Amino acid sequence: MAKLTKKQVLHVAELSNLTLTDSEIKKLTPQLDKIIDFVAKLSEVDTDGVEPTSQTTGLTNILKEDIVKSDESLSQDEALSATDDQNGYFKVPSILTNRSDD
Amino acid sequence: MINTPLTIKETQDGLKSKKFSAVELVDSYLAQIKKYNSEYNIFLTVTEELAYKKAKELDQIGNFSGPLSGVVTAYKDIFLTKGVRTTAASKILDNYIPQYSATTVKKIEQAGGIIIGKTNCDAFAHGASGENSDYGATFNPWNKEYVTGGSSSGSAGAVSANMSLVSLGSDTGGSTRQPANFCNLVGLKPTYGAISRYGVIAMSSSLDTVGSLAHTVDDIEIMYDVLKGEDGLDGNVVNPKPQTLNPKPRLGIAKEYFIEGLDSEVEKMIDSVKKTYEKIGIEVVELSLPHTKYMVPVYYIVMPAEVSSNLGKFDGIRYGNDRSAFGEEAKRRIMLGSYVLSAGYYDAYFEKAMKVRTKIVGDFNEAFKTVDAIISPVSPTPAFKLGENTNDPLKMYLEDVYTTTANLVGIPALALPSTFSKSGLPIGFQLMGPRFSEYNLFELGKKYHKEIDYKPKTAF
Repeated sequence: MAKLTKKQVLHVAELSNLTLTDSEIKKLTPQLDKIIDFVAKLSEVDTDGVEPTSQTTGLTNILKEDIVKSDESLSQDEALSATDDQNGYFKVPSILTNRSDD
Repeated sequence: MINTPLTIKETQDGLKSKKFSAVELVDSYLAQIKKYNSEYNIFLTVTEELAYKKAKELDQIGNFSGPLSGVVTAYKDIFLTKGVRTTAASKILDNYIPQYSATTVKKIEQAGGIIIGKTNCDAFAHGASGENSDYGATFNPWNKEYVTGGSSSGSAGAVSANMSLVSLGSDTGGSTRQPANFCNLVGLKPTYGAISRYGVIAMSSSLDTVGSLAHTVDDIEIMYDVLKGEDGLDGNVVNPKPQTLNPKPRLGIAKEYFIEGLDSEVEKMIDSVKKTYEKIGIEVVELSLPHTKYMVPVYYIVMPAEVSSNLGKFDGIRYGNDRSAFGEEAKRRIMLGSYVLSAGYYDAYFEKAMKVRTKIVGDFNEAFKTVDAIISPVSPTPAFKLGENTNDPLKMYLEDVYTTTANLVGIPALALPSTFSKSGLPIGFQLMGPRFSEYNLFELGKKYHKEIDYKPKTAF
């Protein structure tokens, strides 16, 4: 197995929306490498023509009526109660910044 | 203070005959928590006010006819409890107060149960020792130098330390059975789809189940009767058809279970379990589960992949702190999951693991053609010492070798206490059966406990 590179770790951290410190990267890289190396032993199993299993219930397409049930819904105040809200809305980090050439 | 009984029946008999009141029960459990909790780190939140409110209500009505009437219950801190802080033992949810309760919490409340508090666990249920809690490890009541097991560390600690009569945990890869095994308790991992997970903070959605812990199989059965069944909020749940145990049941033990690393005392105990069943006329045969050695690799691909997806919602916008508050193990699992799902690696890891999972399911379908249940160790060793496995995540993952099976296959597994090791630590085993064979496992477990004259015990 190819060794996990710092570049790969940073890429996976970006995919994971995680900001890692240098010391975290240093610690995680060999640990992840060892685990990936261990799980890679699945390659020795012959799975030609085998269907993947993503769940074990045997159920498909469990649907329900599209009806609003007020006792199973949160009010606006309840939905916002666990965060800093503004004017009755969730506050999200800004994705646009002021233009520097204004 | 009254001596709290160790079974639901004795508790309810005492309440009905007015030997003690529900309030007196709560007094006793709270006194035990006050005496030992700071030392053992079992509860993250104690719900004293709610416990007294419910106990007074029950005493006032006075008939104690609900199936769990007067049963003091502790909940792993991943069960949402309306108005009561729920942290998942992660600093991400340090101040989170849910607006609704899990279906299972509601069902226990309606059946007359009394909530006593929220228990410590590995953060987001990631771990096999309790040491990954952002609020510190739980100490094993049987011996403080040892772990309780995990991730439902506090739920096992609470019952074995006599701070609660029963508790709920979760079981994604052994998180109820392994701590039950390390703390001398009965623990049930139900069939995937038997009990609703609505309102339980998700870890790995194709593996997660709600687990229960108690001192006896009878009590686990009473809890299962209350908890099972459709709620319309977890699409995987169906109402199981009743089953009857084969009048001449047959048990199997897989030859692949006797691997390097299996403790000699655990191995001897498995042999004594076999002899006990044979003594009462139940045949035990050797069988083969050829893909046993691939359980942990499949689990450590499927689970982190689903973890990376489920923990994506923790972005600090709708609730909780931002992602920098994740602990080390959560970051490790998210990274691992993103890696096995990422372009270029998906086929070699995630897709491959799902295919090997099919082969594992096939092994069990084959085995259940000839046996009614399988006897297996729960953990390769009795409880290990705190700190012993923390520096090597892979070594800790190998703890899950016997437990991940039932989750990958979706079948029920019942962990049963049996004996104590020479150094005084609990050892037990588990029975696994086909999907929805819970009542057969209960009957087989009761037969075993009856034969060894098992008596429930708390650590103090």
